[in-house]
Parts: sequence; structure tokens; C-alpha cells
Amino acid sequence: MTVADQQMSEYRRREQSITLSQVDPEGHRQSDEDTHEELLTLNFGPHHPATHGVLRLLVTLQGEVVRSIKPVIGYVHTGIEKTAEDKAYWKAIPVVERMDYLSYYFNAMAYVGAVETLLEVEVPKRAQYLRVIHLELNRIASHLIWLGTSALDLGAVSIFLYCLRERELILDLFEMSSGARMHTRYFQVGGVMEDIPVGFVEKAREFTKVMPARADQYGAILNSNQIVLQRLRGTCPLDAETLLSLGVTGPLLRAAGNPWDLRKAAPYSSYDDFDFKIPVGTVGDNYDRFAVRVAEIYESVKIIDQALDGLPEGPHITTDRKIALPPRHELATSMEALIHHFKLVTEGFRVPPGEIYYPIESPRGELACFVRSDGSSKPARVHMRDPSFVNLQALSHMAEGSYIADMIATLAMLDPILGGIDR
Amino acid sequence: MEIKRETVRSSAPTGQGQGGVEIDSSGLRVNKHDAKELLRGAELLGPTAPASMDGEELERYVHERVLTTTLEKAVSWGRSNSFFPLAFGLACCAMEQFQTAGPRMDIARFGFEAFRASPRQADLIILAGRVSIKMAPIIRRLYDQMLEPKWAISMGACCSSMGVFNNYALVPADKFMPIDVHVPGCPPRPEGLMHGILKLRKMVQDDPDAGWRERYDARGTEEILPGA
Amino acid sequence: MPDATGLELLAKELRESEGIGAEAILGTLYFRGHATLEVQPQHIRAVLALLRERGYASMMSVHGVDYYPHEPRLGVHYELLDMSKVDRVTVTVRVPTEAPELDSVTPDGEDGKGWPTADHQEREIYDMFGVAFHGHPDMRRILMPEDYEGHPQRRDFPVGGEPVIFTHNEHESSGVTR
Repeated sequence: MTVADQQMSEYRRREQSITLSQVDPEGHRQSDEDTHEELLTLNFGPHHPATHGVLRLLVTLQGEVVRSIKPVIGYVHTGIEKTAEDKAYWKAIPVVERMDYLSYYFNAMAYVGAVETLLEVEVPKRAQYLRVIHLELNRIASHLIWLGTSALDLGAVSIFLYCLRERELILDLFEMSSGARMHTRYFQVGGVMEDIPVGFVEKAREFTKVMPARADQYGAILNSNQIVLQRLRGTCPLDAETLLSLGVTGPLLRAAGNPWDLRKAAPYSSYDDFDFKIPVGTVGDNYDRFAVRVAEIYESVKIIDQALDGLPEGPHITTDRKIALPPRHELATSMEALIHHFKLVTEGFRVPPGEIYYPIESPRGELACFVRSDGSSKPARVHMRDPSFVNLQALSHMAEGSYIADMIATLAMLDPILGGIDR
Repeated sequence: MEIKRETVRSSAPTGQGQGGVEIDSSGLRVNKHDAKELLRGAELLGPTAPASMDGEELERYVHERVLTTTLEKAVSWGRSNSFFPLAFGLACCAMEQFQTAGPRMDIARFGFEAFRASPRQADLIILAGRVSIKMAPIIRRLYDQMLEPKWAISMGACCSSMGVFNNYALVPADKFMPIDVHVPGCPPRPEGLMHGILKLRKMVQDDPDAGWRERYDARGTEEILPGA
Repeated sequence: MPDATGLELLAKELRESEGIGAEAILGTLYFRGHATLEVQPQHIRAVLALLRERGYASMMSVHGVDYYPHEPRLGVHYELLDMSKVDRVTVTVRVPTEAPELDSVTPDGEDGKGWPTADHQEREIYDMFGVAFHGHPDMRRILMPEDYEGHPQRRDFPVGGEPVIFTHNEHESSGVTR
């Protein structure tokens, strides 16, 4: 053996002696150097390019191996639930929409669904199909931002710009139907705010024609990239039972093998009319979480296509004038319509007393809205059960014992949205 | 001035190893190091030009061709065209900030795409999103860590005023740090944010768009209170 | 969801089981297709353990409600889900304002395994409503700053906020200007 070989094998020996299992830091002493390993607590501050939003992690490291993670949240706590108690039922919709700020239609759907259940009002079929179209478009938009920012964390910067380009198409569709790109206030109690304009269906079909090809392109770039594969395959797996005991739902649970999806298990808003599959992973590592979400984009495109094909005619909001505003042209001719309009705008409709918990499937898991009403025109308690808040508890189980770079990748695959976590 | 013309022997070997290549330097542009001659326009005005210009004509000739400015203006021009924004997104406005950096409303064509992660390297902080009471001291610390000259844009209604959430949990950004431009919107469109950033650029170039009442012919719209 | 009769059978079973007893189940409610059991605070862990055996193995949400001005004022709701039958049941507990304490369901105890999902959610209820959970591994504020006083989501806590600044009260604004 040459001198170089001897040195190499010494290095390799030391490298191989690092195990990822718990090592007693006191007893581990390097013989050739006078160092001892100690635990280092690092503050991944609320301002960090790789945390998705203002998440603070107190990470205890032993070398490069993560030994414990404590998330500290509350840096974007907005008091949404308290503010919503102060407003009439339909005025609370924009407040609640801003909770999970990437899937704003889902927040609105959960809240509006809860209020509709309390009121026992029926949503017309056309409104249900329009809701499904917008929900699935929002799901694709949310997954695109997740893909872009996660790829940015892993180092693939160009995917970020491609995903933003696709998201612009979706935001154009939202602007067409409701006038705003984000937080559109499009879902109202009883249906949707306005019927879609002429040209929306064609533009949406253009989008659904283009999207699968683009998603193929992202797959082609990322799935053959050795760095992405090595960082994602086999890192930080977690089995389905631990995830279930932690209350984790959504793509994280599906990546671990449990095909739980509320759109199939407990369909709401006509989801049972559509034919789509649920992508499920096998191992539950980061690569499965990534693949499940990318596959969901294709399924959402299918749902949108089917909804556009089968869009029924009919009213876009319930015809019950005690809940939904009458159309403007009626105000000129009918006194009753005027009185209804006045009552709804000044005081709002009253909801019979009761408590309801309404769950839906958001891009991150089970998003539910708990509404308690005491008979007046303002809700007495609105609580949003946010999926990211509960999923964050799984981070320490997933990433403990792995390298810090794997922790970054796991945080990216967890898809936390701090607006939902902090509310 | 004498110009020696000679054939230049290039020392770069060709593929066949045939040695240098002969170049006839009469076709090469020869640098005239005589500025006076250049200014006198001996080359540019053509063969019929007078050999020299003096006095007023020369001054006018120079004025037309040389850009004069003050150092501050030049520095402000440089600063304003290369803001390094801090990669700092709080909530929903951060999503529209991403879209501003995206392909359609490309912030890079103005020179601002270098989003820095470290506040020491950034000079523009765009507060994108709602500022809660837990986050306010941290943002102040970030702002203090930025080096002079630094600017702040408050993006969206939540940090400019309280926005949608006028409650116990939020703080308007004006309360703890000086803001240069407030951009309204919830969230502001990328065009809106761009308008705010370009307004800041004009402010930095010492040419702020004050006097909007004159521009929009809005004299006579001031509120006159009794006793004021 | 268990329908109305299913709910009554469940309540009967709980009343007859030995750890719990008849006075623990204060009431049942079947409203808009949702089943709710109201339980006494000291028996919450036992009731949840028994429901887990009956199949409701996933706890989806733990949240607090303020029933001001009715006493006992502070309520905690536990949402349980049975994934194999797609059944949901809600267990509610009410604690009075003078003694807002409850046993935490997060850690494992002698009476059965815990529900780790309730960890952050119980901290949030403590932060927002003031209900202290005994036995919780880390009972601290989670959303508000650590030294904040008051429990914001109680109904008698003011909403707060800043006055809206118009031209007539511009001088009152505490804006820092350059």
C-alpha cells in the first residue's frame, strides 16, 4: 500500500465510524485529536431562506446529525379565529380565506360548507361543479408552488420559474371568474359569487391541455437528476402507524401507503361524480412524498376536464333569498327582493344555534372548519383545523437521526404553510 | 505623430504546426492615444474637416459628446438600478412577491432579481405579509442588521395599516421601523408591487413623484375642517 | 357517522363499562348528521381509550370553545375518526372558569396509550383559552409570545387593534417617518 492509500483508508475508516444511531457524546472521544463531540443547538431562525415561511426550529446537532428538533411557531399569528367572531357570516369568508394562504379556496370551502350544513341549505349542482373546478385548480397551484420552493431548497433553481409560469395561467383563470388572483371571495354561502364568464371554459381547457405536458417536463428534469434522487430517496421515512397516531393526513399519509382521501372516503360537493385515482406511495420516504404530489397534479387535471365536460346548467347560488343576495335586476321591480337585500347586507342572515365540524381534503391534508353558532348573525366560534399545524408534529419524528441536509429536504416535502399553522 | 506599420507575426500555432500567420496591420484599427486629436474630430469629420477646432466650436463639440454629472447622481443611479431585496416573505403577499420574480412580471429585467438571504448583503426589505407582535422585534433586528443605505417597502394592506385583521395580534410596520413606500393591495398584484418598487427607484434617484395634486389636476380636493 | 341509534348504543356501552360509570356521560347530541357525546372532565382519558377500542382510532382535532356566559364556560372538543368505517364522533368536555384544568390526553398513561397528535393542539387551547392540561410534556404558550398576559380567544377578551387613521386624525398616528 502506498502512503496515499494508507491515508485514504484512515479517512475512510473514520468516515465509516460515524453511525446515525444515538451515541453517547461523553464517551466518544477522538484518539488522535483532543476534541470531544458536544451537542450544538442551532437556531433556524424565523428568517431563513429554507424554512417555508416564518418557522423557527431549534435544532440540536451532534456533528451533522440532527438529534432533536423543536419547532417554535406563532410568528405570523393573526388572530383570524377571533376576528371572524366579530363579523357577519358572509363577511367572515375573506377573513378565513387568508389562513392557509396557498389554498385559499379550500379555507373558504370548509367554512362555507360548515355554515351551509348548519343552515341546511342546498347548493345547486352547477355551483358544486364550479366549486370543484376552482378547488382542483387551486390544488394544482398549491402543488406548483410547493414544487418550486422545494426544488429551490434542493438547489434546482430553474424549476421555480417554470412552476411560477404555470401558476400564472391558473391565476389568470381565477381572475377571469372572480376578478382577483388570490383570496377571491368566490365561494359564498349557498353557492358561488358569480357565474363564470363566456370564455372561461375554453381557457380552462387550454390549460388542461397544456398542464400534463408541463408536469411531464418537470418530472423529466427532476426524476433523472442524481442530486434530487439521492437527497430524496430513502431519506427520513416514517411508517403509516406513527403518522396516524400523530394525526397526519394528506399526501404525507398517502406516501406511507395509507390511501386515505376525503374526496373518495366521504365525498362532498359532487366529488363522487368524477372518476380519478389516488396516488399512493410505498416506502414513505421523501421521494414518495414528492412523487405523490406530482401525480396528484395529473389527477386534478382529469377532474377539471370531467367537471368542464359535465358542467350542468342552473343557478350558481341557492335561490333562497334569505341567505343569498337576489340578482341586481330584481331589485328594481320587486319590493321583497329589496328588503331581502337590505337585511342581508346590513345584518346578515341568522343561523340556527348548533355546532358543526366540516372536513374537506386540502392539498396538505384534512382541513376542517368548526363553527358554533348561537342564533345570531355572527358566528360564536370559528376554528379551522389546519393540516399543516398537525403535520408539523411529525417533523421531529421524521428528521431525528438524519443529516441536517436531509432535514431541509424533509421540511420541504412536509409542505408546511405557516399561515395555516399560526392562524 | 508617426505610426509604425509593420507586419505582425502571430505566435499561435496552427493545426498543421506551420508556425505563425502573417497579418497585414494596415487593416487593423490603430489606437490613437492623442485625445486632442480625437476631440478635434480629425478622424470623424472626414478628410475635408479642418485639422483643428478651437474655442467655441471645440467646446460645443465636446459638450455634445461627453456626459457630465455629479458623483451623487451617478451613485444614486447605480444604487437605484440594483437593489438587492431581502428574501423575506411572511404570508400571502410573499406568494405575489414570488410571482413578481416570476417569468411574467419579471423583476430581473429591472435588475432586482438578486434576492439575498442575509440582511448584511441586502439593501431593500420588502415586508411581504402580516407582521405579528411576536415577529416585530425580529424584523426590527433584521432591519438594524442591514447596512446603510437601506430602504423598506411595506407590501400589502396588513403591514401598511392593519389590513383585514385589525386585532390584538398584529402591528402596523410604521410603528417599529421607517417605511419608504407603502404598496396597497390584499395581496397587491405583481404590477402593483412593481409600481411601488419603481416609485422607490425614482425616490432614490432624487426625483420623487411629489406634486401629485398638480399632476392629476386635483387641486380643490383637500378636506377643510372647521376651526383647522 | 353513527346514526342516532348508534350513538345511543355507544353511550349506553360507555355508561355500562366499569372504568367510566353512568354519571360520566352527561349527554348525547345528534345534530345535522353528527354525533356528539358530552363527558365529565375527569373521565376523558378513559372514554377516549374505550372509543379507541371501538374503532375510533384517529384523533383528528382538539379544539377549544368558549361558552360565555354559560357556565361551565370553557369547552374542549375531541374529534375522533374511524377510518375503516368512515365514522366520526365528537367528545366534548366542559370545565369551569375558576378551575380550568383537564387531564392531557397526549402522554401514555397507566390507563392506556396516549394520543400524540394532541400535543400542539392542547398547547394552543392553553394559549388561547387558559385551560391547563395536567401531564402534558410541554405546557407553554405556542402562538402568542411567551410572556403574553391573557387568553385572547376568550369571549371577554377585547379584539384590540389600531384606530383607523384618516386625514382628520393623522397627527395621532404613531408612524415613524424618515
